[in-house]
Amino acid sequence: MENLTVKVNGVEVSVPKGTTVLEAAHIAGIEIPTLCYMKEINEIGACRICITEVNEGRGFRLVAGCVYPCTDGMEIRTNTPNVIDSRRKTLELILSTHERKCLSCVRSGNCELQTLANELGVEMEDNYDGETNKYEIDDSAAHMYRDNNKCILCRRCVAVCEKTQGIGVIGANERGFKTFIGSAFDMGLGDTSCVSCGQCIAVCPTGAIAEKDYTTEVLAAIADPEKHVIVQTAPAVRAALGECFDMPIGTNVEGKMVTALRLLGFDKVFDTDFAADLTIMEESTEFINRVKNGGKLPLITSCSPGWIKYCEHYFPDMIDNLSSCKSPQQMFGATAKTFYAEKMGIDPKNIVMVSIMPCTAKKFEIGRDDQNAAGVPDVDFALTTRELGRMIKRAGINFTALNDGKFDEPLGISTGAAVIFGATGGVMEAALRTAVHTLTGADVVDFPEVRGTEGIKEATYKVGDLDVKVAVASGLSNANELLTKVQNGEADYHFIEIMGCPGGCVNGGGQPQQPATVRNFTDLRAERAKALYDQDAAMPVRKSHENPAVKAVYDEFFGEPGSHKAHEILHTSYVKRTINK
Amino acid sequence: MGLAKAKVPFSGTPEQEKQLLEVIAEKKGEKGALMPILQKAQEIYGYLPIEVQTIISNETGIPLEKIYGVVTFYAQFSLNPKGKYKISVCLGTACYVKGAGDIYDKLQEKLGIAGGECTADGKFSLEACRCIGACGLAPVLTVNEDVFGRLTADDVDDILAKYAD
Repeated sequence: MENLTVKVNGVEVSVPKGTTVLEAAHIAGIEIPTLCYMKEINEIGACRICITEVNEGRGFRLVAGCVYPCTDGMEIRTNTPNVIDSRRKTLELILSTHERKCLSCVRSGNCELQTLANELGVEMEDNYDGETNKYEIDDSAAHMYRDNNKCILCRRCVAVCEKTQGIGVIGANERGFKTFIGSAFDMGLGDTSCVSCGQCIAVCPTGAIAEKDYTTEVLAAIADPEKHVIVQTAPAVRAALGECFDMPIGTNVEGKMVTALRLLGFDKVFDTDFAADLTIMEESTEFINRVKNGGKLPLITSCSPGWIKYCEHYFPDMIDNLSSCKSPQQMFGATAKTFYAEKMGIDPKNIVMVSIMPCTAKKFEIGRDDQNAAGVPDVDFALTTRELGRMIKRAGINFTALNDGKFDEPLGISTGAAVIFGATGGVMEAALRTAVHTLTGADVVDFPEVRGTEGIKEATYKVGDLDVKVAVASGLSNANELLTKVQNGEADYHFIEIMGCPGGCVNGGGQPQQPATVRNFTDLRAERAKALYDQDAAMPVRKSHENPAVKAVYDEFFGEPGSHKAHEILHTSYVKRTINK
Repeated sequence: MGLAKAKVPFSGTPEQEKQLLEVIAEKKGEKGALMPILQKAQEIYGYLPIEVQTIISNETGIPLEKIYGVVTFYAQFSLNPKGKYKISVCLGTACYVKGAGDIYDKLQEKLGIAGGECTADGKFSLEACRCIGACGLAPVLTVNEDVFGRLTADDVDDILAKYAD
């Protein structure tokens, strides 16, 4: 590829053609700040915080560095008084309509706006005081709220909802000073076809959107001596929780997380991974039954509640393709409140099941119908990774210094197949490990074709006499593309894995937020997924059907995979929904 | 927040819907089809309530919010129908300094609607306009083709009474 030579603050660097000023500066070791810009998600050059001086032969002028392409011989100046002054003025104008309640804001300490105000040396936060807009907080959705008083109209949330997820239930309404982000006709988000994926929260630079926080309720339950409070942690949480404590992206903190949960006072610290293995037993049985008995194919996974709600709204004709398996979170809760309650002699009403999830849609899922195997909700509180981070900090736990703990038995025992559920392709690979064994007796653990962060992956595997055609999609625009092909008869598969968030749960809407300065140059999906694949490779048991605790729960309680009892407790149903009411 | 739903119940006819569907079928798939579809839809219905925007969303696959965002961005589009009697209050410079703002406020209060809206019975709609070239009569308002000048807020009741039918 053709290279260009540019000078950044006098230092010459060689960059490929197509490089932006922002990227060239990064190569030279300088981070240009951004607020609206986030690579591949929102590239509109609107907020002007990235303003940079460039000279293309006709003198220096200010351009939006985030999107402005380099030209050969270009001189770039990122740090002149003119540049800093321009950025500071822009920021002061943004701050003039921003509700500056930083002390009580959920994002205080990792707010991109706050960081920038600090870095740019904004001295007077009320330089442009005047009329402001007052907005009501929208808390109509189960999983999140929107507080437009803190919104800076960067439109990252709008872009990720519309483009990455192909949904578009939020957008800019009105114009000029009255512009605000919201839904059509002032509908609350909960009344739209929002699928609760939370990608909008993950990209928001400020505290304008956040998950509904239930940490206080959970701590109250722990303090209640009548309650047996147990916790389960999803695979992807261990790959990202460390980021709440400034640990490097992709650090697996499973052991410290277990210790922290124990220090927080949970009665038992269990692992959703156990239920992931259980899911594989049920789902691979369902798959084999559908193939053998001419059932509805392709079978599509049901682990991701964002994807499930998307399917119900956007592909209602395909809900029969969905696996009837509850998600691992719900299977775990259902097993805890039936099998475990019985074994321990505890009334399920006195069990408080808390889950730690990389996901905001899990907050919606716990309130769905047909998710209460013991007559009480399978899961009582679904907290995000971020909420757990907050609880740990509030409790004064010195997370990075903790020793590694081990999950409690029996619901803390799991396999390598379970831990990769947190990455796109992981459920497919785990299911294939077991299905291939069930059908042929062969032991295969590596299915590299379904790994990686690509949006859509396809593969065909010879399993006995059958050529099993599989596909994996993550991110709902990709899911739409894949399913549209299936519906039009342009593609044909036996088994499809779909995850609502791009890259799967490691990049879920409940994971720690990373600022654009990090996300523009780091693939969070790949870094976090690596932590899970490394753990899988290092585990002694890597196939779900070899999990001794799963075998025991079938022997003692469920009978066999797909049994009547398993169906009553571990499976669920779906509803057809529309896009517009 | 932004604009509420129209207060007047929707009374679109099957003929209007047929016309709209034809327009959509013709434009659908073209790049930038939304603006001409919305313009035609407003010609057909006179305004763009949620019912009309929902048809456009369902038929084109464009998210309802995106359509609503465009409709609320451009002043040419209205979320409310025009009333049997369309009241326009001039808020141009001359009228404004002569107290047109008070008249506009009084009308909103009397009719129980905000500017740009229509009363639930479909009788009166209210909007602000810019100079209508009758500055000598300032402040001025029009009701359909009738012009009323040299007004004070106290004249509002008498004017509304003329349109009691």
